[in-house]
Amino acid sequence: MENTVLKVENFCAFFGDNKILKEVNLSVSKNVVAALMGPSGCGKTTLIRCVNRMHELIPGTAISGKMTLVNEDIYTMQPIVLRRKVGMVFQKPNPFPTMSIYENVIAGYKLNGIRIPRGELDNIVEQSLKKAALWEEVKDTLHRKGTFLSGGQQQRLCIARALAMDPEILLLDEPTSALDPKSTSQIEELFVELKKNVTMLLVTHNIAQAARVSDFTAFIYLGELIEFGPTEKMFTVPKDKRTEEYLTGKFG
Amino acid sequence: MALTASGGFIVVLLFAVFATLLAAAVASIKEFGLFFFIGKTWDSSTETFGALPFLVGTLCTSFLALLISIPFSIAISIFLGEYFKEGAVSTFLRSAVEVLAGIPSVIYGLWGLFLLMPAVRLLETQIGAPPHGVGIFTSSLILAIMIIPFSASIGREVITLVPGDLKEAAYSLGATRFEVIKNIIIPYARSGIIAGILLALGRAIGETMAVTMLIGNSNFLPTGIFSPANTMASVIANEFAEATGITASSLIYIALVLFFVTTVVNIIGTYVIQKVSIESSKEVT
Amino acid sequence: MKDHAGARLIKDMIFKCAVCLFAFISLLPLYLILYYITKNGIMVINWDFLFSLPRPIGESGGGVFNAIIGTVMLIILSCIMSIPCGIAAGIYLSENKKGKLSNTIRLCVIVLQGTPSIVIGIIAYLWVVAPLKTFSALSGGIALSIMMLPVIIKTTEETLKLIPYHLKEASLALGVPYHRTILKVILPSGISGILTGILLSVARITGETAPLLFTAFGNQFMNMNILKPIDSLPYRIFYYAMSPYPEWHSFAWGASFILVVLTLALNLFARGISVKWKIQF
Repeated sequence: MENTVLKVENFCAFFGDNKILKEVNLSVSKNVVAALMGPSGCGKTTLIRCVNRMHELIPGTAISGKMTLVNEDIYTMQPIVLRRKVGMVFQKPNPFPTMSIYENVIAGYKLNGIRIPRGELDNIVEQSLKKAALWEEVKDTLHRKGTFLSGGQQQRLCIARALAMDPEILLLDEPTSALDPKSTSQIEELFVELKKNVTMLLVTHNIAQAARVSDFTAFIYLGELIEFGPTEKMFTVPKDKRTEEYLTGKFG
Repeated sequence: MALTASGGFIVVLLFAVFATLLAAAVASIKEFGLFFFIGKTWDSSTETFGALPFLVGTLCTSFLALLISIPFSIAISIFLGEYFKEGAVSTFLRSAVEVLAGIPSVIYGLWGLFLLMPAVRLLETQIGAPPHGVGIFTSSLILAIMIIPFSASIGREVITLVPGDLKEAAYSLGATRFEVIKNIIIPYARSGIIAGILLALGRAIGETMAVTMLIGNSNFLPTGIFSPANTMASVIANEFAEATGITASSLIYIALVLFFVTTVVNIIGTYVIQKVSIESSKEVT
Repeated sequence: MKDHAGARLIKDMIFKCAVCLFAFISLLPLYLILYYITKNGIMVINWDFLFSLPRPIGESGGGVFNAIIGTVMLIILSCIMSIPCGIAAGIYLSENKKGKLSNTIRLCVIVLQGTPSIVIGIIAYLWVVAPLKTFSALSGGIALSIMMLPVIIKTTEETLKLIPYHLKEASLALGVPYHRTILKVILPSGISGILTGILLSVARITGETAPLLFTAFGNQFMNMNILKPIDSLPYRIFYYAMSPYPEWHSFAWGASFILVVLTLALNLFARGISVKWKIQF
């Protein structure tokens, strides 16, 4: 497919001698939300951390297989170049406490030493915060520190920070599990709008969330990709018995 | 309760220390008042005592030592706190720094006397300065070496306290390790690092033996970085044993000032470090 | 957006090299000091050096026996004075975590720990030497014990804080009186940490010279009388180093060797105890 953003081929990940991911094959196309679901410890977080090569920051890890981001092999690219093209939002909101909201949004540029004229920076900040549905709430306090915001706002700030880099794909690792229900639904609404701008790969342990927001879902169990398909189809007529058992709550 | 008494004893002890110093210095305080700090002459024969030469000596040696030591102690902090948190290299460097901290001051002085002094003398002849060998520069050098372990170990601790998820967020944005250290770790650990430097400063100000052996014992206002001088601590070390009357009282006046300055610096440094440790233990979820 | 990834990676590598370089350069003085002490010190060490007394100026030979004995005596004196009080205060602080008195005590401990050793020497002079009108081992011991107190108090407090509350509860529930609970249950559980603190503070004061300059003062002869001046290794090193005689300089190196070995041994012993005797909860 020409508009494939991420292609994962026969991918394995190791932590020491443990094989955490076993021959995973997956394709994510442009402007969709793809959810990765599965019980705790199944490897879904490891999978997305391999996409932006954060997995290898831990000593003793290894991979085999291939991952391609829009025609470029992820594992032959320079990690620091790769990570600019892949955005990541973490489970616990982590805005940089020593920086203001404004500085947090453009942190990607600042950290990478990329010089951009002030006018353009202002524009990037505004656009990113608008895409993250945070602009109205912070536009008058851009130069205050980001830690004064509520949990939900902090997470949207982190989303804005990732979006500011104009990534090819946005990885989200259980982004709402640390938030209250109201913030969670705000962010889920955001995803529906966001996918018009960027492709998203979302890890969630919340089956209902996957059903609500994603176009495609992958079910991962014990490191294997059991099933991957359009969300509606998978939730109504799953192909694999294990998928069905997971969806009906037989194991969590 | 015996326990409360022991605890209370400490408080009483400290106040007794302060009171004794004050009482013994009072003769000199009455005589010279605050002009003590701007008086340039220290002469027991005319009984004129001004502490300016020693204030200058202390300030110069301490700050110069701090300046020289900072790059090294920050390097050690980053080395042990970020690059090599565990493993053989880490243990080796950490132990070596501990040994450095444990070497008695008088031995630093001895080593300085026979190895640093000739080297500095050589340097001075090369650049045309009077070849004393001893003086402010030499004592600053030895002080720098002595205080590195203090700021280094505190710096290392605050650097390891930087939350992992902040570093991860920065890496995920494509930063190199250097950029993460420069833009995330150091700003976050900044107050702790400064506190460590303050505590090292407190140490440097009060350090006596090595400085006494290498500063040249001159009671005149130092004229340059290579001139011999005296610090507040070294003049006491050199003169107190035989001092009487107003001389002794003036030396104790200096001791009082020394006590006061080191106390203030230490309290500020300790307070900041405690604040930093409490804040980071709150972050753990 | 210009991609200077290459330049940034080079900067990253340069920074890492610079950090490693500076870190290891700071070790250079350590290496040099240990090397010279060993080189110059070992040649002087022999039976005579260790067990005879200093000879007067002009005569060659002699040793530092009185200094070694003096150091040992000073250590014993300061331990006797500082350990009971230090441990007791440490116990008080660990039992009373909050409260005005506790906080005041903690503040005083911080101040005492940061007080320059020469100031403490002056205090001991004013309190003991002046009234007795003589330099003495006792005054030196008092000065050193003041210096030992903060370390002992702190490590005792830290060690005891780690002991779980239920241990104390169990003992009290059995009807054991408070002071016995402390002495027989709590203290023994924390013995490794407390001992480590004591050893580390001993290691620290063994090398201290400044407070002895006008208290213990130094003595060419052997002296076991605590009311008279007494020699010590650090003082002898200072005295010999500042003298104009080359033979005495080499004695200073020899005495330094002994002192360094002693200090390092105490530190190692302290670490060893903290690991081996540690009681797990």
